[in-house]
Amino acid sequence: MGILEVKGVNKRFGGLQALGNVNLSVAENTVHAIIGPNGAGKSTLLNVLVGKLIPDSGSVMFDGQSVLGRKPHEINQMGISRVFQTPEIFSDLTVFENVMIPCFAKRDGAFRMHALESVFHEKDIKAQAEAMLADVNMLEKSHMVASSLSRGDKRRLEMAMCLVQDPKLLLLDEPTAGMARADTENTIALLKEIRTKRGITMAIIEHDMNVVFSLAERITVLAQGTPLVEDTPENIKGHPKVREAYLGEAQV
Amino acid sequence: MLGLNKSDFKLFLIVCLLALAAPILLNPFPTDSALGQSFNAGYPALMQRFVIFGILVIGFNILFGLTGYLSFGHAAFLGVGSYAAVWMFKLLSYNVVPAILLSVVVAGVFSVVIGYVSLRRSGIYFSILTLAFAQMSYQLAYSVLTPITNGETGLQVYNNDPQILMRAGDPTVPHLFGWRMNDKTELSMGGWNFVFENGYYLAAIFMIISFYLAIRIFRSPFGMMLRAIKSNQTRMSYTGLNTKPYMLAAFVISGMYAGLAGGLLAAMDPLTGAERMFWTASGEIVVMAILGGVGTLIGPVLGAGLIKYLENIVSKINDSILHSWFAFMPDWLDNLLVGIIHPFIGKGWHLTLGLLFMAVVIFLPGGLVQGGQKIGALFNRKKKSDAADGATKPAE
Ligand SMILES: Nc1ncnc2c1ncn2[C@@H]1O[C@H](COP(=O)(O)OP(=O)(O)O)[C@@H](O)[C@H]1O
Ligand SMILES: [Mg+2]
Repeated sequence: MGILEVKGVNKRFGGLQALGNVNLSVAENTVHAIIGPNGAGKSTLLNVLVGKLIPDSGSVMFDGQSVLGRKPHEINQMGISRVFQTPEIFSDLTVFENVMIPCFAKRDGAFRMHALESVFHEKDIKAQAEAMLADVNMLEKSHMVASSLSRGDKRRLEMAMCLVQDPKLLLLDEPTAGMARADTENTIALLKEIRTKRGITMAIIEHDMNVVFSLAERITVLAQGTPLVEDTPENIKGHPKVREAYLGEAQV
Repeated sequence: MLGLNKSDFKLFLIVCLLALAAPILLNPFPTDSALGQSFNAGYPALMQRFVIFGILVIGFNILFGLTGYLSFGHAAFLGVGSYAAVWMFKLLSYNVVPAILLSVVVAGVFSVVIGYVSLRRSGIYFSILTLAFAQMSYQLAYSVLTPITNGETGLQVYNNDPQILMRAGDPTVPHLFGWRMNDKTELSMGGWNFVFENGYYLAAIFMIISFYLAIRIFRSPFGMMLRAIKSNQTRMSYTGLNTKPYMLAAFVISGMYAGLAGGLLAAMDPLTGAERMFWTASGEIVVMAILGGVGTLIGPVLGAGLIKYLENIVSKINDSILHSWFAFMPDWLDNLLVGIIHPFIGKGWHLTLGLLFMAVVIFLPGGLVQGGQKIGALFNRKKKSDAADGATKPAE
């Protein structure tokens, strides 16, 4: 049994079948990539996993518990963190504050009335945030307002915000989309490091095959809302159905 | 110091000093001079308003400044606080302690209800829900709830009220364990006459405490969460934080501040009416916050002070006062100037306020605080270039 078990999930938007009978099993301690052409339903699947969308039918079990019907913050507290396709960060706050907030969420839960304590006295939280920012090479940008960061740095910041929670499952929605080549290489290196150092289970949606094949241990190919095949990267590369449905299209 | 960092502590000290020395600082002109008659603000009735409305806007700013949720019905909590306080005077005694306590508690409970419903929506819909609640409260207080609010007449204390804790010899005005709110000490020095009133000092101390708590809230993890909600609610949820209780807590805290202000208004003058809840009163709170500087610590106090000052000072100026100022000019110029200024004074003070508000919103969106910062930066630049000059000179 994987840490994440998706069974028979369907989701329609009006007449459009965005997800049709999706089965997916993500094994603990692996990097599982989900690939597929634009509009295949990859983001929709992630939205179902984090409680943003409720599927029409099917079940989603995480760590032995159903996530369906739970609110996004409850699902996060179960141990799922998500990096969005367009970075969702606290733009008006400093980089350091951005990373402190998930630390508080991890330590204090979904709500705590700490109105008369001082942020400056939270030594543990500050140390955690500092260590995380050092890991992603952003320590010298700690005091910048997040909105003034470059696009690549915003993504890196969002990743740091998710990682600092030490999630059981990290969901990444096209983490290198719109990145310059160098930034993409950096991100691959960062994700590899996370993988070896922290052993976090990851489900990653990605367009860039270079990224997918350098990270993934399992790959699921999604087309028109339905999984075509699931296999190791080596087998996927040679799979005729995949070449036809996806790789071929991408290489033209 | 007191759990504040250096610059916050400095700001806090300045506010303490200003509040405590206000009866002197706000009387810059000799009492009987023409300028003193027109512009001195150091009399108890006005100073009370400065600090009480300061409390109100400090609380409003915890909601609006930190979370960005614009409540357009905050006067309702002020009104509820006043009613609660006057009822304590009627039922128990003129002691202000139970009155102020109950005003905070009742406003708190009231804001839990209004907040719970209004916070189901955000943006303009939230504002309209709060406005609707406040107008409903106003209408209820004015008509249906007459047995509790005494309707149009307004609620006040009568001789035949129970006042069960009242003992023979107790003051028949609001007091703090016998220390009467309207007692004052006067000090005459040269042409100046300073009035130190008990009521003002009670309100000022509450304002100082409120300000202190607001700084603590701004610098707390809770305050950071509220700013995060303003910045990105989606990220909040996906970071495992439940925005609803945070928002409700901010709303209730800010409602309790308003209740305290309402209780203090009643403690200064033990009567109240529905008009305290009217929507223009809520609008005034918003204007005070924006004028002073939304989301800043000192802005609300400045905004409340400025508006109460204009309201009381500009509205008192009339044509004959103007003529006396311009008496040294030729008659035609005197008349011309008075004619030009006339629409802006007396009842026209709203016009002055409106123009000032527009000017601030257009040129200083950060309010008076931003204005202060700009001036400060100007001086700093000057100082720096002076220092640079100084540094080059020895080399010559
Ligand atoms: N909220 C929505 N409402 C209606 N249609 C949607 C919605 N979200 C996604 N879709 C549609 O569902 C399909 C799958 O979208 P998506 O999951 O974003 O694809 P991708 O694999 O590119 O991430 C697309 O055709 C998209 O237009
Ligand atoms: Mg997508």
